[in-house]
Amino acid sequence: MAFPHRPDAPELPDFSMLKRLARDQLIYLLEQLPGKKDLFIEADLMSPLDRIANVSILKQHEVDKLYKVENKPVFSTSEQLCFLVRPRIRNMRYIANLVNTDKMAGRTRRYKVIFSPQKFYACEMVLEEEGIYGDVSCDEWAFSLLPLDVDLLSMELPEFFRDYFLEGNQRWINTVAQAVHLLSNLYGPFANCYGIGRCAKMVYETWRELEEEEEGEIKGQKPEIGRIFLLDRDVDFVTALCSQVVYEGLVDDTFRIKCGSVDFGPDVTSSDKSLKVLLNAQDKVFNEIRNEHFSNVFGFLSQKARNLQAQYDRRRGMDIKQMKNFVSQELKGLKQEHRLLSLHIGACESIMKKKTKQDFQELIKTEHALLEGFNIRESTSYIEEHIDRQVSPVESLRLMCLLSITENGLVPKDYRSLKTQYLQSYGPEHLLTFSNLRRTGLLTEQVPGDTLTAVENKVSKLVTDKAAGKLTDAFSSLAKRSNFRGISKKLGLIPRGDSEYDLKVPRDMAYVFSGAYIPLSCRIIEQVLERRGWLGLEEVVRLLNGNEFAVTDMIPEESAPSDSLRLVLVVFLGGCTFSEISALRFLGRERGYRFIFLTTAVTNSARLMEAMSEVKT
Amino acid sequence: MDCYTADWNPLGEAAFYRKFELYSMDWDLKEPLRDCLVAAAPYGGPIALLRNPWKKEKSPSIRPLLQIYSSSGVALASLLWKSGPVVLLGWSAEEELLCVQEDGSVLVYGLHGDFRRHFSMGNEVLQNRVLDARVFHTEFGSGIAILTGAHRFTLTANVGDLKLRRMPEVPGLQALPSCWTVLFQDRVTLVLLAIGPDLYLLDNTACSGVVPPGLAPGVSDFLQMAVSFNYRYLALFTDTGHIWMGLASLKEKLYEFNCNIRAPPKQMAWCSRPKSKQKAIVVAWERRLLVAGDAPESIQYKQLTIEVLLDRLVLRRLYPLAIQICEYLRLPEVQGISRILAHWACYKVQQKDVSDEDVARAINQKLGDTPGVSYSDIAARAYGCGRTELAIKLLEYEPRSGEQVPLLLKMKRSKLALSKAIESGDTDLVFTVVLHLKNELNRGDFFMTLRNQPVALSLYRQFCKHQELETLKDLYNQDDNHQELGNFHIRASYAAEERIEGRVAALQTAVDEYYKAKNEFAAKATEEQMRLLRLQRRLEDELGGHFLDLSLHDTVTSLLLSGNNKRAEQLARDFRIPDKRFWWLKLTALADREDWEELEKFSKSKKSPIGYLPFVEVCMKRRNKFEAKKFAARVSPEQKVKAFLLIGDVTQAADVAIERRNEAELSLVLSHCTGASDGATADKIQRARALAQRK
Repeated sequence: MAFPHRPDAPELPDFSMLKRLARDQLIYLLEQLPGKKDLFIEADLMSPLDRIANVSILKQHEVDKLYKVENKPVFSTSEQLCFLVRPRIRNMRYIANLVNTDKMAGRTRRYKVIFSPQKFYACEMVLEEEGIYGDVSCDEWAFSLLPLDVDLLSMELPEFFRDYFLEGNQRWINTVAQAVHLLSNLYGPFANCYGIGRCAKMVYETWRELEEEEEGEIKGQKPEIGRIFLLDRDVDFVTALCSQVVYEGLVDDTFRIKCGSVDFGPDVTSSDKSLKVLLNAQDKVFNEIRNEHFSNVFGFLSQKARNLQAQYDRRRGMDIKQMKNFVSQELKGLKQEHRLLSLHIGACESIMKKKTKQDFQELIKTEHALLEGFNIRESTSYIEEHIDRQVSPVESLRLMCLLSITENGLVPKDYRSLKTQYLQSYGPEHLLTFSNLRRTGLLTEQVPGDTLTAVENKVSKLVTDKAAGKLTDAFSSLAKRSNFRGISKKLGLIPRGDSEYDLKVPRDMAYVFSGAYIPLSCRIIEQVLERRGWLGLEEVVRLLNGNEFAVTDMIPEESAPSDSLRLVLVVFLGGCTFSEISALRFLGRERGYRFIFLTTAVTNSARLMEAMSEVKT
Repeated sequence: MDCYTADWNPLGEAAFYRKFELYSMDWDLKEPLRDCLVAAAPYGGPIALLRNPWKKEKSPSIRPLLQIYSSSGVALASLLWKSGPVVLLGWSAEEELLCVQEDGSVLVYGLHGDFRRHFSMGNEVLQNRVLDARVFHTEFGSGIAILTGAHRFTLTANVGDLKLRRMPEVPGLQALPSCWTVLFQDRVTLVLLAIGPDLYLLDNTACSGVVPPGLAPGVSDFLQMAVSFNYRYLALFTDTGHIWMGLASLKEKLYEFNCNIRAPPKQMAWCSRPKSKQKAIVVAWERRLLVAGDAPESIQYKQLTIEVLLDRLVLRRLYPLAIQICEYLRLPEVQGISRILAHWACYKVQQKDVSDEDVARAINQKLGDTPGVSYSDIAARAYGCGRTELAIKLLEYEPRSGEQVPLLLKMKRSKLALSKAIESGDTDLVFTVVLHLKNELNRGDFFMTLRNQPVALSLYRQFCKHQELETLKDLYNQDDNHQELGNFHIRASYAAEERIEGRVAALQTAVDEYYKAKNEFAAKATEEQMRLLRLQRRLEDELGGHFLDLSLHDTVTSLLLSGNNKRAEQLARDFRIPDKRFWWLKLTALADREDWEELEKFSKSKKSPIGYLPFVEVCMKRRNKFEAKKFAARVSPEQKVKAFLLIGDVTQAADVAIERRNEAELSLVLSHCTGASDGATADKIQRARALAQRK
């Protein structure tokens, strides 16, 4: 259980520096508004802020009261109001409302808006249009990288996915490039850079421009992280759409991990209170089970509980001195472990109650059938029944998308009937949801002929062309063909099922999906690292619609310490799942790499679907 | 041996001095200096001369001549003065010549006599004329102080960032003060002036009298005052022949000296004594010079840094020399050569006799892609000289597309600016240009431009979604994007419209658009929704309760739950709800109502299209094992094992599985044999398995 890292695995860099930088900058910004002030925080920023600066730090810098930015009347008596928000237009209207109300009441206060991670011109425009631009001062808190764990950095920008992949808005590209630039400044230059996807390419180019602007300053820093791999989420939607069955992923799917912590309800804590629990490498129990297939977790935890009991039981034979020793040295650790253990056992029980029922088994079976491409008719009926029974709007949608993507679109008849059924079950506004899904290529109608036509080939070439690469959505419906079946065959994503897959002793990354499927994104990364480029993957690249790149001469290779070349930063543009993280951690242990994950946000199938859904407001 | 000291003359009792010529001035002055306005720039900078005819000559036909010389007297420029009478000449720290006119306007010239700009010192100065003026230098830059005919002071601390300050009135000032100067203390500019035996200090708000500490008695007038270059020290010359030297704050006297000369000196200035580097004062009369000083502090200045030195060479257009110095000092390119080449290029674009092509080529040849050179800055200079075409040519050499944008906008090349902004990948820049275009173009052209730039279009669309819904609609209209227009009206039907008629109308518009988009599916679905909305409204009117905005499924469920079975069935028929769905829906609703009788009746109404396992499921969900059992018997053989397991009857499940000889079912049942009483069943299954394997 909990495979240890290979003894020769390189050390991870210390990312706590990022937190300190963010904290110092925030304090500096707060001090720009001397004196007592009330702080209004956008809900989405509360958890990230909490990981950087707690309330007492805020109080030290004269923050008096804290408010959540929400549509409720505010009764702040402070003379100074400070807003900490994401650059969103609705926040600007909220602030404008507040300032204009003050104005009408003849009240003057000082207002400061701190945008995180940056401000956008559109926001300032709205402030101007609302007539309060001159009344507020604007600042930026360039806090874009939150270390959620020793190997996981999140930008906490879930809207990246919808903004870029649906709306074709490229405003976050610069933010990501800045974040990568910051990492290369702090941890040395990268020796090699690989990537695939249009967004990845743009991020790479923007980042290089930033580096070139600073080239005048000779750095001469040795790289700590040798390689970087940039990947667009739409290169692999399939993996993100699958039900997760490794523990961390399953906890995320079941309870929703938010900013590295989870709220365990009374059914887990077996008390009358909910408990907020940080989930990371510091939690010794969690750290041993996070990457495990769920079927192993319960057995492991009960073994652990028995061991713990045995440790407690040692007390029986102790004399006074030994007992004193035990109480002062071991008991605290045991109690801590005991607490964590009972929490995770509680979580497991709760998950089992929800997931080990017949329904879940059948769901997983259907997913596997879709991934392998057999019994399509049966799977379609399963999905139809799922919709008819109103099991869950998000789940139904997810299955429809999985069917569409693995089959290169739905056959016209199913496309129409499933949508009709869905509208009948969940409401007509989802007509817009379908429009969104179609535009992103998540749910489409099959076009006759399986291979790319000559015209499409030409178009996709045009799209990969550098200048045209910056166009968005003009050709997206053509360029977004998933070709999953062909890719799966080429990359061997479905392990041969000739023998039982022992989930206790995984033999490849497929274990994160019960041995049925190797996550595409992770497989691509594995292949490119192995081949040190895309050579030999031409056909796969073509099926993935191109936009691949490999730059191996960023610094002379000999100046990169060999350890650094085994540290790989993987950048997921549009979010990554815990299953992918677990799979790559596994790959790292097998091959002697260590992966560091940088994601715009941690995602899963439900978040992906919700981002596409139109809900009545 | 004696010759070494031959040219040294005694000075006082303990010192000697000698006079020798460092270099001779190249100039050939036609006028004595005393008849001119003269200004010499600090640090051996240029010298400006203006013959001052308004005092000496009456004839207006003879225009005065403004001449600029280098510090060694090399003529740099010479031009006829065509503007008004000048009161004062002075050099700014940037070596710009400031010519203060009597009417308070200030004309600014470059080192080579090139006119730069002009500004006014304000209305009050214009009305009352300038009596006297000073140019002074502080850390804020170079400033001008003016004494007007109304005996008021007006000053600006920085001519580069003009902020005029009118100083408070000095009580009882009816004539020119006998002398005055500008002081600078604690980052504030002050004026010190003398009226008879009294000294006054003017700050922003008030005028206060001051007394220099330890001043010898009997003073009835101050004839001259001088402040040191760093504003630390002040010297006062009194009509008693005393020179008072002290801190400019007037808090401390450093030294006082009686020179026994009572005539007003022509000039008085601070200097440092050659050997000791101590501060001293030089006083000049017509034919006499006096040096006095005893300031204890040793002072050394390094104000003239390399950068300033290079700037000065550049100003004198001595580019090759400047570059050689850079190379000699091995300055980094960005600070050194690049900067000088950029200056050279800015000078080059002003050469109007050279064609655009030649200038652009010459500049690119010399600059190449030297780091730190901003082609956009050079282009901006070209545009400033009215050479738009040259500016565009130069911009093409600018590698950072974002840098090209501001100038392109200024030159009204907005569409080109948009392409460049998109190329830069900076969405904020794109958005800026989009809004610029919006104001500049008419709506049609604006939309057309966006249409060709998808990145900009997406960006603007998303903005409109939040802020300008009507514009969004127009954008789609322009593109004949009927699909999006349909979506737009759908959204409006539940976000913007409240009344049911309005909502139906919005949906009807959406239907029309969807048909135009040839999206029959969406059109039909929307028509259904219109029908449903109307019907829901009717249901609310007739039955009460809440129906509006429920999905079709939920509407039927609501009807069933409230016992309106007939209406429910009617609705299901009208909206062609498939049989399967209706069965699911109805059995769930009946179970939720715990109407077991009706459920059984329903199950027998005809053959279930979804089988009977769902009946078992809904009963078990309500924990009604009794009813569930009834249905379990009717479940098809393939699902029977599942049904028995659901109701917890492991024995029967095992029997069915054994009978069906289905291995998967056998293991499924086996996995459910967890109870204490299931041992026999498990054995039975194992036996059946063994039997099957033997065969």
